[in-house]
Amino acid sequence: MTKKKICALAVLGLLVPSVLAQEADAISGVDTSWLLVSTALVLLMTPALAFFYGGLVRSKNALNTMMMSFVALGISGTLWAVAGYSLAFGAGGDWIGDLSMAFLAGVGLEPSGTTPHLLFMGFQGTFAIITAALISGTLVERMKFVSYVIFIGLWGLAVYAPVCHWVWGGGWLGGMGALDFAGGAVVHVNAGVAALVAARVLGPRKDYGREALLPHNVPFVLLGAGILWFGWFGFNGGSALAADGIAALALVNTLLAPAAGIFAWTLLDRFTTGKITAVGIATAIVVGLVAITPAAGFVSPGGALALGAVGVIPSYYLIRWRTRTSFDDSLDVFAAHGMGGIMGALLTGVLATTAINSGGANGLLFGGGVTQLGIQALSVLAVAVYSGVLTYLILKLVGLVTKLRADSSDEGLGMDIVAHGEEAYATGEGAVLLNESEAPERVNGLTKKD
Amino acid sequence: MKLVKAIVRPSRLPDVLRALYAADITGLTVSRVRGHGGQVEVVETYRGTTVKMEMHDKVMIDIGVSDTFVDIAVDAICSSAATGSVGDGKIFVLPVERVIRVRTGEEDVAAVTPVR
Repeated sequence: MTKKKICALAVLGLLVPSVLAQEADAISGVDTSWLLVSTALVLLMTPALAFFYGGLVRSKNALNTMMMSFVALGISGTLWAVAGYSLAFGAGGDWIGDLSMAFLAGVGLEPSGTTPHLLFMGFQGTFAIITAALISGTLVERMKFVSYVIFIGLWGLAVYAPVCHWVWGGGWLGGMGALDFAGGAVVHVNAGVAALVAARVLGPRKDYGREALLPHNVPFVLLGAGILWFGWFGFNGGSALAADGIAALALVNTLLAPAAGIFAWTLLDRFTTGKITAVGIATAIVVGLVAITPAAGFVSPGGALALGAVGVIPSYYLIRWRTRTSFDDSLDVFAAHGMGGIMGALLTGVLATTAINSGGANGLLFGGGVTQLGIQALSVLAVAVYSGVLTYLILKLVGLVTKLRADSSDEGLGMDIVAHGEEAYATGEGAVLLNESEAPERVNGLTKKD
Repeated sequence: MKLVKAIVRPSRLPDVLRALYAADITGLTVSRVRGHGGQVEVVETYRGTTVKMEMHDKVMIDIGVSDTFVDIAVDAICSSAATGSVGDGKIFVLPVERVIRVRTGEEDVAAVTPVR
């Protein structure tokens, strides 16, 4: 069963609970177990992303960068329960849900498909969290933390929830037959384009292009990529919303596509730069995972290998090109997630086959003609345009209330001390213990000068 | 022969190096140091433990130069390391008794003349 159908069931269930009680499947313990595990797996991806991003920045910004992911657990998670889930999965119309389930009204233990409705809400919440956190990679080392928090809060409600509704919540893209198994367009194109726009609005870091801005901890980057992969089994495998053959297919495809992605990427790396790099492999894993996300339950394992290998190639060249421009998408969120998501969504329209999942469609190579490819392209375009425009407006709005960027001197000092009053690698040397009462008055973590 | 010992902000190091290289001064040693000057102190809190960080990260650049290069080095560092805020650092110029280039055994001025 596709995610789309299950969601439709969930929505139906809310409107006519008495009918549902007779018609819907009972809760399956097996399916519920897998969704419980998957929810935990996807949640772990956000801390993993913190390590991935945290390792890529300079040590003076390590905590701030990791905090951008961790704070999304709180902000996006809370707002998802408050209104996000209802806006995404409420009946509503073609474009957005409604507020009928705000504050989780009516979201209880009744079946939604074969799992409890409440669990479905939680599972989807972990997607909302990581999508917001993904954008942070473009904003690191310079955005004011408070502005970031306001931004992702608004973004989750005004961008993520409607786009999620379009595809999975009974909206127009899902209705048209767009295939997005676990969020190629909803999560990755959406976050990638938001990052592209946000990098432009925010402007480059003050040292960008002036000095080398190197990853301070490459082992963190590899650790993050590894745990992201682990969590992604829940992201894609769990999106089957059942412990069945499609879940197995999605999980195996999630194993194979990044593997082929690493293969292609290391070859490119070897013949372009002469060396196979660690940051390169970590990036290849993420891009391969992004690319297979929309296709995971719709393509054969062979298709997943092809998709992983082909899907990462544009991202490789885009990252190389981008770092030579003045465009500071600091951690290449667009190149990895935007471009990877676009490739994944389009290749789904090429490689999908009903021979492996009768709930899917046939792509270009399996007799489906260009119809599915066209629908996929339209879904990418629609999500990109909406996400781009809304992200721009939200950032401008936040910019009216508070400054988006830290002061130049604070940027030089590092965001860890300025925003959080902590250091990632404090040694304690020369630290004098203070009682809070005798602490001097401070501005941005610095003692005020008389 | 003098030893120029400059303590500057880590964030200015790339600019300082660029200025020194532009002035033909290429032999130098850089170390990470922590120190205390007049700079405002940073207050940090770790789960209720509040501390005042009295030591600031700096980099120290040691350069052995012939007498004619002392002012050139000092000017290059001053102009590239200054931000105008307290905490930009210090430069000490010390007399040097003897300099030996290990590879060739050359001494003094010959030892600090860059290899072409």
